[in-house]
Amino acid sequence: MQVQFELNGEAVITDVEPRTTLADCIRDGLRKTGTHVGCEHGVCGACTVLINGDAVRACLVLAVQVQGDKVVTIEGLSGDELSPLQVAFRKHHALQCGFCTPGFITTAHALLTNEPNVNEERVRDVLSGNLCRCTGYIPIVEAVLDARIHYARGEE
Amino acid sequence: MKPPIFEYASPSTIAEAVSLLASRDGNAKVISGGQSLMPMLAFRLASPELLVDLKQLKDLNTIIIRDDGVRLGAKVRWCDIESDKRLDRSHPLLAEAIKHVAHYQVRNRGTVGGSLAHADPSAEMPGVTLTCDGLMTIVGSRGMRIEKASDFFIGPLTTSLEPDEIITEVHLPSWPADRRWAFREFARRKGDFAMAGVALFYDLDQENRAVDAHIGVIGVSDCPIRLTAAEAALNGNALTEETFSAVVAAAKGSIDPPSDIHASGAYRRALLGTLLGRGLHQSASRGETNASPI
Amino acid sequence: MKASNSYIGRPMDRVEDLRMVRGRGTYVADVNRPDQLYGVILRSSVAHGKIRSIDFTRALELPGVKLVLTAADLGATVPRIPVRLQPLPELEPFRQPMLADRKVRYVGEPIAVVIAESAAIAEDALEHIDLDIERLPAITNREQVEAAASVLFEDHGSNTAITWKALLGDADAAFKTADYVRRERFQIQRHTAMFMEPRGFVAEWDAEAAKLTVWGAAKLAWHNRRVLAAALGLDEDAVNLVEVDVGGGFGSRGEFYPEDYLIPAAAKIMQRPVKWTEDRREHMMSSNHAREIECNVEIAVSRDGRFLGLRGQIWADIGAYLRTNGSMGPRNVAQFMSGPYCFGNVDLKCSMLTTNKTPSGSYRGPGRFETDFIRERLIDIVARELKIDRLELRRRNLVADSQMPYRLPFITPSDSSNELDSGDYHAVFERCLKEFGWEERSKLRGKLVDGYYHGLGIGSFIEGGAAGPKEDARLVLETDGSLSVYLGSSAIGQGLETIMAQIAADATELPFEKITVNHGSTSHVKDGYGSYHSRSTVMGGSSILLAGEKLKELIRETAAKRFNCGPAEILIDGEQVSYAGNHLSLSKLSAVPLEVEASFYNTKHTWAYGTQAAHVAVDPGTGEVKVVDYLSVEDVGRMINPLTLHGQAIGAIVQGLGGALLEHLVYDTEGQLLTGSFADYLLPTASDFPNIRSITLELKPCPNNPLGAKGAGEGGVIPVGGVIGNAVADALFHLNVQPLELPLSPPRIWELIEEAHQQQLGSS
Repeated sequence: MQVQFELNGEAVITDVEPRTTLADCIRDGLRKTGTHVGCEHGVCGACTVLINGDAVRACLVLAVQVQGDKVVTIEGLSGDELSPLQVAFRKHHALQCGFCTPGFITTAHALLTNEPNVNEERVRDVLSGNLCRCTGYIPIVEAVLDARIHYARGEE
Repeated sequence: MKPPIFEYASPSTIAEAVSLLASRDGNAKVISGGQSLMPMLAFRLASPELLVDLKQLKDLNTIIIRDDGVRLGAKVRWCDIESDKRLDRSHPLLAEAIKHVAHYQVRNRGTVGGSLAHADPSAEMPGVTLTCDGLMTIVGSRGMRIEKASDFFIGPLTTSLEPDEIITEVHLPSWPADRRWAFREFARRKGDFAMAGVALFYDLDQENRAVDAHIGVIGVSDCPIRLTAAEAALNGNALTEETFSAVVAAAKGSIDPPSDIHASGAYRRALLGTLLGRGLHQSASRGETNASPI
Repeated sequence: MKASNSYIGRPMDRVEDLRMVRGRGTYVADVNRPDQLYGVILRSSVAHGKIRSIDFTRALELPGVKLVLTAADLGATVPRIPVRLQPLPELEPFRQPMLADRKVRYVGEPIAVVIAESAAIAEDALEHIDLDIERLPAITNREQVEAAASVLFEDHGSNTAITWKALLGDADAAFKTADYVRRERFQIQRHTAMFMEPRGFVAEWDAEAAKLTVWGAAKLAWHNRRVLAAALGLDEDAVNLVEVDVGGGFGSRGEFYPEDYLIPAAAKIMQRPVKWTEDRREHMMSSNHAREIECNVEIAVSRDGRFLGLRGQIWADIGAYLRTNGSMGPRNVAQFMSGPYCFGNVDLKCSMLTTNKTPSGSYRGPGRFETDFIRERLIDIVARELKIDRLELRRRNLVADSQMPYRLPFITPSDSSNELDSGDYHAVFERCLKEFGWEERSKLRGKLVDGYYHGLGIGSFIEGGAAGPKEDARLVLETDGSLSVYLGSSAIGQGLETIMAQIAADATELPFEKITVNHGSTSHVKDGYGSYHSRSTVMGGSSILLAGEKLKELIRETAAKRFNCGPAEILIDGEQVSYAGNHLSLSKLSAVPLEVEASFYNTKHTWAYGTQAAHVAVDPGTGEVKVVDYLSVEDVGRMINPLTLHGQAIGAIVQGLGGALLEHLVYDTEGQLLTGSFADYLLPTASDFPNIRSITLELKPCPNNPLGAKGAGEGGVIPVGGVIGNAVADALFHLNVQPLELPLSPPRIWELIEEAHQQQLGSS
């Protein structure tokens, strides 16, 4: 089945089985492998992408369901320079194995875009939908709080 | 963990959607947010022939607030409820309960209609709908019908919805401004399904006695239930420790929660008593001070 | 080595992050080969049974299905997975076959491999395989082991594999004369590493060159290459295991599992690349489980609070097979129960029981997490009953600096011993109390504040590291003046590339930015050992130090030829060499890369150590335990990168809190795993434990390696169960609630409170 959507600002048309999840479509079909798949049942958050600006789990969406939508993955959040969130993640040592990191950064990007003045409790609440086994979350929360200022100014 | 093979259709009218559903002898399923259905497909616990996506259907994603209450379109998402500040006044119980639903990403996609149709015994929306005497608008091959929540939830993950029917709206009756209420649940982690939860409200008569008590619980039965014995223990009584103890005792005596890997039935019963007790105290103080939850 | 302005000890930002934060890392599921097929494993849904027949005719008829591989295709004798650590002959019978051979022994055991054009088609095919299994009674707990309704290994005849014994002094004599003896039963639940990236492999057989390449190696590429080559009947040189980015290990990932053989074997048969990615459900039933023990342990104490002895029997549920490192946890429980304390006399036995559950193996702090719960809880129970302050009781018994090196119990049947290398255990203990504000917080002990009872807990620990025998490094000064480091250590998320570049920069005096670290793939160095037992920094780092010296010699020799002087007359000065006022850039030194190799050998372990303290609040109405504050103070001898080390500590503590409060792999009595998803296996999330602190000290450098470093990747997790158990007991002191098992879930806490109420009612 053909599906057409915008991926990181570029129009894509691809042929998928209806049962193909958006995560598999992006990774296997379109070879954008920054979106990671950690559980395939909608709990770990590693596959989080933005659909029309909302952070969603790409394993809980069928590729055919994003017909006409705007999808952004981790690859779409920065060019050669690191984004402020990415800089903050590095500065705070908010990643170790790095597998969950794209999901955390896409989630945090959506959060800070919508709520630049977010407090720590809200950050923790939102990030509780992403699992990390390495860091204990503390540096991740610090990194997101640290990056707020860039979103408040409208820099992304 | 790849879903089984199915076909997919994305109709642009409800009539078309209903006729697609009707065409498969019960082997077609509705998908909208997909936040309950997709995990079931991934685990191959569901294997429909056809998925009918509600994506293109218009008018199902609005929140209408009028004198007769709150109407939520079936495609209203948890994040829509969360960000609609009118609901803090128009239906504070709903607003509070929905804060407990799942996690951020799921809240951005999960829908009211999906949750009602899935009817998880621990889910908040079915619990609130039942507690509040909610009415479901359902459209199927035989036309439209209005179903009371009390007739809708009939068993574990089971509702009165026919295979060719779609929930289009849920209506929660109007909410007096000075109503006493509370929503309490306890889960192992933030966003997990509740091990037990309680939604309650009542009004006060001129002698400050509770009337029209509604107490609904989740996570302690195979579907959300109202605790009529506990409601009876509250109705007509003043908001005293004595009354609350009697309500809690009646509640604990009227449930028989299941045991599972997360908790024993005995624990769930005790937990429900704790939550109900705390909720009653919270509801009593709320009216006096408009204080934040304790 | 560079003495001033050293990179060692600096919190360098990680080089790995530059790709990982942008989604440019390459994990094994990101590896794709032209024309690849996909593998999916048919796993047993029966815990214990005899395979009568497998009929996959219908599966092969599905379009896109290429192959169904069963034990019958693996030769007359199905290859078995060798035991890597403690490979005792008596463990041979319990090794796991690559595919179930006549019997299945746990839910999740591989029975067949389906190869198809897509993973989805291969999964479709699973539904078309007809399997006939004659069920046998499942053995899932110690009672069933003892009732012996069936045995897993008929040839062995018993469900007890072997028994480890840890002996020191004369425990029986000590217990006979002790003033006070206390015995308790403890239980630790089955849980596991649960790293975030599922396992996976991409295997490609090059028929022309007769070479096999396998992407997806981790932790132990060289060992696994030996095992794989032997099982496939290939020369080691014909096999290359490639390590790409690895999404966490924690002891579990990278051990040799059946799929390590099955996927390459399928690629060889198909003559096409085969890709396999584990899904989370199968991860939970196939990757190593860990930590499940129960025990009866007793402690002997003198009237004035001196520990005199530890004695007892432990039963470790190792699951259905003895996997590569399945002995480590059970052995360590016995060997390290005395921890950082002087006991003098120890007699502990740990019997390994085979059951119809997923086989077990190491998980960060193997055996140590378990044994610290037992010991630290026992100490608090003793303190309460002897009415000795629990801090004072610990002070009286911690090993003193002057007693180093301190001998640990002798362990059989491996016939090995060990000794603590160095440490000021008392100083770290006091530092922890001070930084935690123990005295001030003590005012809250047992108090009910806003519906929560408050309590404090403490525990001290030792962490073994730096297992031998050796690690290899190869340094190559490239012709452009940059340095390539090739290393036997593996990167499993710990920041290896950064840490090793720091060490290499100091060792060679080259700038950090000019160094690239290549690790974990069998093509890099001839031999390698990898990353386990908190060894990579010490072992890999020390080998780089040695190689750095050799490289500098080679640079001097090469430069001496250019300048016509003696090597000793050459000065290496940053990125240039000098002789008599003449300078030559390293990038112009040689037309060919300059290459050296070195190995660091080690027979002695390092012993980081520390103390942790917790402040908890317990809601008696729900059984919820809130961690109000948590502090770890650890001495690691020498820090390479404080940033990554701190990350190891905090991450490990939160894993420990998961084990103490949340995580549990639950089986029913039929051997069905009931926690097969992330909805049921509860990992800590961002909102669970917001207040964790860690302080790292460099008090006592390790005397046994040139870095002075002590392995420090696991310490954080080790004492957490004991510390939390003690804090909960303290909060509920008025009820004399004594947690003796984990996890301390809300329902369990509620039950303990209920039981205590019942007892108080009964006694009043």
